[in-house]
Amino acid sequence: MATNASSNVIRTGAGARFVIYAILILFCLYYLLPLYVMVVNSLKPLDEIRSGGMMALPSQWTIAPWQSAWSTAQIGVDATGLRPYFLNSILMVVPAVAISTVLGALNGYVLTKWRFRGDTIVFGLLLFGCFIPFQMVLIPMARMLGLMGIAGTVPGLIFVHLVYGIGFSTLYFRNYYQQFPTELVRAAMIDGAGFFMIFRRIMLPSSGPIAVVCIIWQFTNIWNDFLFGASFSDFDSQPMTVALNNLVQSSTGVKEYNVHFAGAIMAALPTLLVYIVAGRYFVRGLMAGSVKG
Amino acid sequence: MGFLDINNATKSYGSVKVLHETDISIEEGEFLVLVGPSGCGKSTLLNMIAGLEDITSGDIAIKGRSMNGVRPADRNIAMVFQSYALYPNMNVGQNMAFGLEMHGVAKSERDKAVSDVADLLQISHLLDRKPGQLSGGQRQRVAMGRALVRNPDVFLFDEPLSNLDAKLRVDMRTEIKKLHQKLGTTIVYVTHDQIEALTLSTRIAVMFGGHVQQLGTPKEIYDNPANIFVAGFMGSPSMNLFPATIGVENDGAVARISLADGTIASLPFAPGNQMAGHDGKKIILGIRPEAITDEDGADRKSHAIHRIEARVEVTEPAGSDTFVVSQFGGKEVTGRFRADVDVYAGDIFPFAINMEKAVAFDPKSEMRIG
Repeated sequence: MATNASSNVIRTGAGARFVIYAILILFCLYYLLPLYVMVVNSLKPLDEIRSGGMMALPSQWTIAPWQSAWSTAQIGVDATGLRPYFLNSILMVVPAVAISTVLGALNGYVLTKWRFRGDTIVFGLLLFGCFIPFQMVLIPMARMLGLMGIAGTVPGLIFVHLVYGIGFSTLYFRNYYQQFPTELVRAAMIDGAGFFMIFRRIMLPSSGPIAVVCIIWQFTNIWNDFLFGASFSDFDSQPMTVALNNLVQSSTGVKEYNVHFAGAIMAALPTLLVYIVAGRYFVRGLMAGSVKG
Repeated sequence: MGFLDINNATKSYGSVKVLHETDISIEEGEFLVLVGPSGCGKSTLLNMIAGLEDITSGDIAIKGRSMNGVRPADRNIAMVFQSYALYPNMNVGQNMAFGLEMHGVAKSERDKAVSDVADLLQISHLLDRKPGQLSGGQRQRVAMGRALVRNPDVFLFDEPLSNLDAKLRVDMRTEIKKLHQKLGTTIVYVTHDQIEALTLSTRIAVMFGGHVQQLGTPKEIYDNPANIFVAGFMGSPSMNLFPATIGVENDGAVARISLADGTIASLPFAPGNQMAGHDGKKIILGIRPEAITDEDGADRKSHAIHRIEARVEVTEPAGSDTFVVSQFGGKEVTGRFRADVDVYAGDIFPFAINMEKAVAFDPKSEMRIG
């Protein structure tokens, strides 16, 4: 009897669990469906797509769409594929992320450990900078870039993203360093370390989690940006996102959906990669920044 | 001029003066304890010596060299912090060597200095560990090691024992005292624990409200407090303070106190006192618990033991002693009796009072008289 009762309990438990898993798997499928469609269609010839089998697996597997998207597809005037634009994006995103992260760390360090008169106002203004809509700065920024002589170049794009990135990176590091014991900085001062030595030897080695958060955040934002890329670049400095748009919008000949799918995946891959590699630190670092760790 | 001179130093934050004009001078090898309740300015003064806080006015000099405007790193001082402040990303050896490295000491010399100090503090087996893997007591040792390794002119301790549990705190206290005796270093030590102050120091500065209330040896501070604050702050249980009136009987000055039953008791001051000139003056009389005993427990060397019969309100057996609470002058008064005295609440019992240890204060100015 007792066994019966307890097995009964387990059975209802399993039932509830079955429902939960069923719902979760359903949602999972729902969210993964677009990715599936992109991947299968990027691996089949155009004819198969046009004959209506969007959901079907390719009957004839091919990587020709990927090769085309990467190196031969018509983008703008030239048939260069996405390759040069991918390179542009890398050249833009790596320095922009690196510099904005380092500057954010420095700002956070100064705003918490070397406080000065009016530091909260400075921080408030930086924070305010995070929330200015992108569209508002387009024209002033264009003028600035022109004056600086870097309009329509990759360094110009780096500059724009740097200016926008510093607010967020400062916010991250400032909140993180707020929890960092000031006595450590004082101990290092007495030990004879200067401003940058303390930053390099004491603060930075303890900043891993928040640095990862900052890098993921900046990388994703800058890589995915379209507005600044479209506004401030020339043909030879366009980032991946703008090039992808040009690829899809190009009006010559037929729409090569398979090539478009392949290009879109290429454009999404780097952020996906960054998140997979560093994602578990992301959640941990977000918590460390907000909750006392 | 001493080894460490604090001349007329003050500290203000805006219009708030947190440290008033302070003069302290200590000799080489002294152990000065700054003691007081929180907010009394003791940590501020320590940070000013360290160079972590600017001096608003006045001057601090170490070995005759003025420290105004000198960076903390160039003062040849070392500091042990309340939280220990060990660098979390470095192991114990690196923590201890960091200061030497910053001062450009060669690697081989650093290693030798670290291993010498590690031997002294018995932490050699911990050198490869990270601070996170150490217990509280071990961290405390490492923090002291990091200070010792620099071989500074002055050691500064900022409440170093307050994060330890009670037992460990007593052990480390002894350890620090031993270390001081062995190395003869000059130490300035901040604490709010008056027992630490009395046990460790060669001299104590009792601070309150941004003023040094009294500067003296532990014995001076304990036996001859300069004012009511010092009398009440130092010692545990604290000094009994109750109102009395000075009178003159048989050509000698007495303190008249009213007891709970309405009678007035006269306690003659010890011979050689200057109290007779204050005839009729109301005072606050201060007597430490160990000077209020049962008759057999009274100090035999004293020439001024006087007896008062009073009602016992509470007895608190503490193992080694029994604390007996009564009322003198309308205030609760604690006496320290021997543990095996038969005394119970409600008894009328003779209290033996050692008037050689009694001190009198002016109720208005709260300063010591006579």
